[in-house]
Amino acid sequence: MGVPTVSFEMTGAQPAAVLAGEWTLAGLRGRLDALKRQLASADAARTVRWDLHALTRLDSLGAITLWRAWGDRLPDGLDADPRTLDMLRAAAVLGPCRPAPRARPRRGDSLVALGRLGGALVAQLLGMIALSGQILFDAVRMLRFPQDAPLRELSANLYKTGVTALPITALVGFLIGVVLSYLSALQLKTFGADVFIINILGIGIIRELGPVLVAVLVAGRSGSAMTAQLGVMRVTEEIDALVTMGVPATLRLVLPKVAALVAAMPLLVLWTSASALFGGMVAAAVQLDIGFGFFLDTLPRVVPIANLYIGFGKGLAFGLVIALVACHFGLTVRPNTESLSANTTRSVVSAITCVILVDAVFAIATRHIGMPT
Amino acid sequence: MTAPVIDIRGLVTRFGNHLVHEGLDLSIPAGEVMALVGGSGSGKTTLLRQVIGLMRPQRGDIRVLGQPLFSGDLQADRALRQRFGMLFQQGALFSALNVLENIAFPLRELRWLDRETIHDLVMIKLAMVELEPRHAWLMPAELSGGMVKRVALARALALEPELLLLDEPTAGLDPDRSAAFVSLIRRLRDQLGLSVVLVTHDLDTLSALATRVAVLGERRILAEGTLDHVMKQDHPFIRSFFGAARPAAGGR
Ligand SMILES: Nc1ncnc2c1ncn2[C@@H]1O[C@H](COP(=O)(O)OP(=O)(O)O)[C@@H](O)[C@H]1O
Ligand SMILES: [Mg+2]
Repeated sequence: MGVPTVSFEMTGAQPAAVLAGEWTLAGLRGRLDALKRQLASADAARTVRWDLHALTRLDSLGAITLWRAWGDRLPDGLDADPRTLDMLRAAAVLGPCRPAPRARPRRGDSLVALGRLGGALVAQLLGMIALSGQILFDAVRMLRFPQDAPLRELSANLYKTGVTALPITALVGFLIGVVLSYLSALQLKTFGADVFIINILGIGIIRELGPVLVAVLVAGRSGSAMTAQLGVMRVTEEIDALVTMGVPATLRLVLPKVAALVAAMPLLVLWTSASALFGGMVAAAVQLDIGFGFFLDTLPRVVPIANLYIGFGKGLAFGLVIALVACHFGLTVRPNTESLSANTTRSVVSAITCVILVDAVFAIATRHIGMPT
Repeated sequence: MTAPVIDIRGLVTRFGNHLVHEGLDLSIPAGEVMALVGGSGSGKTTLLRQVIGLMRPQRGDIRVLGQPLFSGDLQADRALRQRFGMLFQQGALFSALNVLENIAFPLRELRWLDRETIHDLVMIKLAMVELEPRHAWLMPAELSGGMVKRVALARALALEPELLLLDEPTAGLDPDRSAAFVSLIRRLRDQLGLSVVLVTHDLDTLSALATRVAVLGERRILAEGTLDHVMKQDHPFIRSFFGAARPAAGGR
């Protein structure tokens, strides 16, 4: 294989350069910089004749190297065979200067960045509201045409988001209950206020911890799955295919997801709270010698039933929020893999953030309800 | 005749109980445009995937550019893979990268070219496949079907391959675009001196591009040779496949 070389013959009236070897991607590897230096030397500037006949092969890399070295033009005294000339002319499309890359937004302009962030937030909110409106519209339409109801999808989603979540929520609930009970017991023991463990666990878990715990788990489990599914359907144009067949995408894809999660979440909250209470009960029995019977007897007396309703209500609201956020981000995926992964992340993070916000609203709105007097 | 670019001996491919190739032999000489034709499901795509090393055959020996695909030497295998380019049926562009980055990707992977050089090379490749510089900033989702094929071709050509493999290059293009794409491939082949292997269903593409034809059927190569030679073979599949084209092609 011919090593690419350039040699200068600086004698006579017509100083000449002779190029030889393989001026290709494979041949130029490791020699490109040295050749570029040679081509930029003073000898090269004085050369009036370029002899390329000894050049065995020239590809795009060889061509642009020469083109750029010659100052973005073909030199006058160029002597080459037609094939080589063709390659060199192909490099002429580069023109004298490189096209500027697409303008990027200027960095460092924090006010603009803040404004853009706010704009994006408002746009997302508007999108979410539009989606809610569409779902409401679909629900009304479904009442008028019950045969359109996506019952199979609904039941499939109930199974996926509800039934299959039972083991993991029970496990996490139980462990959190044990930890909470154990840590509280250590404190309560020092004050001799052992029986208050039941009040703490009852109110804390049923009213607050259970719903939030389930929401975080479900957002990570089902929310991300919903976003990814809808997103892939956008990327592969499956949603377009559905719409073309006259099947409204929101009715068939979004409504069953939202309805299933709204139905499943309160039940999951109940289930997880029960599991957490059970964990707390076990820890209390071990740590404080509080029997199961006494625990179960005392619980309804110190925890007003309103707390259970609040937990239920939170489950409904959190389910709605998670499903809406997940579907919104799924439907706004742009058709590329990067956007898919970004939106899945966004979906989970936004869903959890929204859940915490809604939880705060609940805390304020129900501050007079269900507290033991 | 020079050494074959692809040499397949005694290839056996099996999916479960389903035997796709049984003792298939095929040798493709350098500098030719070999068209691989055959019925749907006859294992053309599978054969191509084995040639580029995406699948290992159960039995048999495949040599590409004179070397075995799985030599065990990672460095050598990688170097061999950089000597051929493949145009996938759906383009297989990286959807998260724009056109420029897609074509630049294999060049960046070499890790010894600087940014400006890569940019220049991409622009040359774009011009070669008759796209304009402004198309460099588009995302794959914003391209038409014909443009996707062109960008994919530019990416396949980025490393200056000696061998180009095309899976159904004109499927899904309208006749005009398809004819334009065929003439583009032909021009590039003449300009770059490539060996080409293409899988196709389309007789127009075949007669416009191919210098040789191999017919895949009954789990082996039924016939191989120049188009005229293959069309003269007396086999039911060959007769039905070329049936429509026979009178027309006979005249040229
Ligand atoms: N990954 C796979 N698993 C099982 N069967 C396969 C697989 N890929 C291909 N096949 C089968 O092998 C046969 C050949 O497929 P293919 O090479 O795609 O045919 P074509 O000639 O149409 O390109 C078909 O019958 C197909 O069903
Ligand atoms: Mg195929």
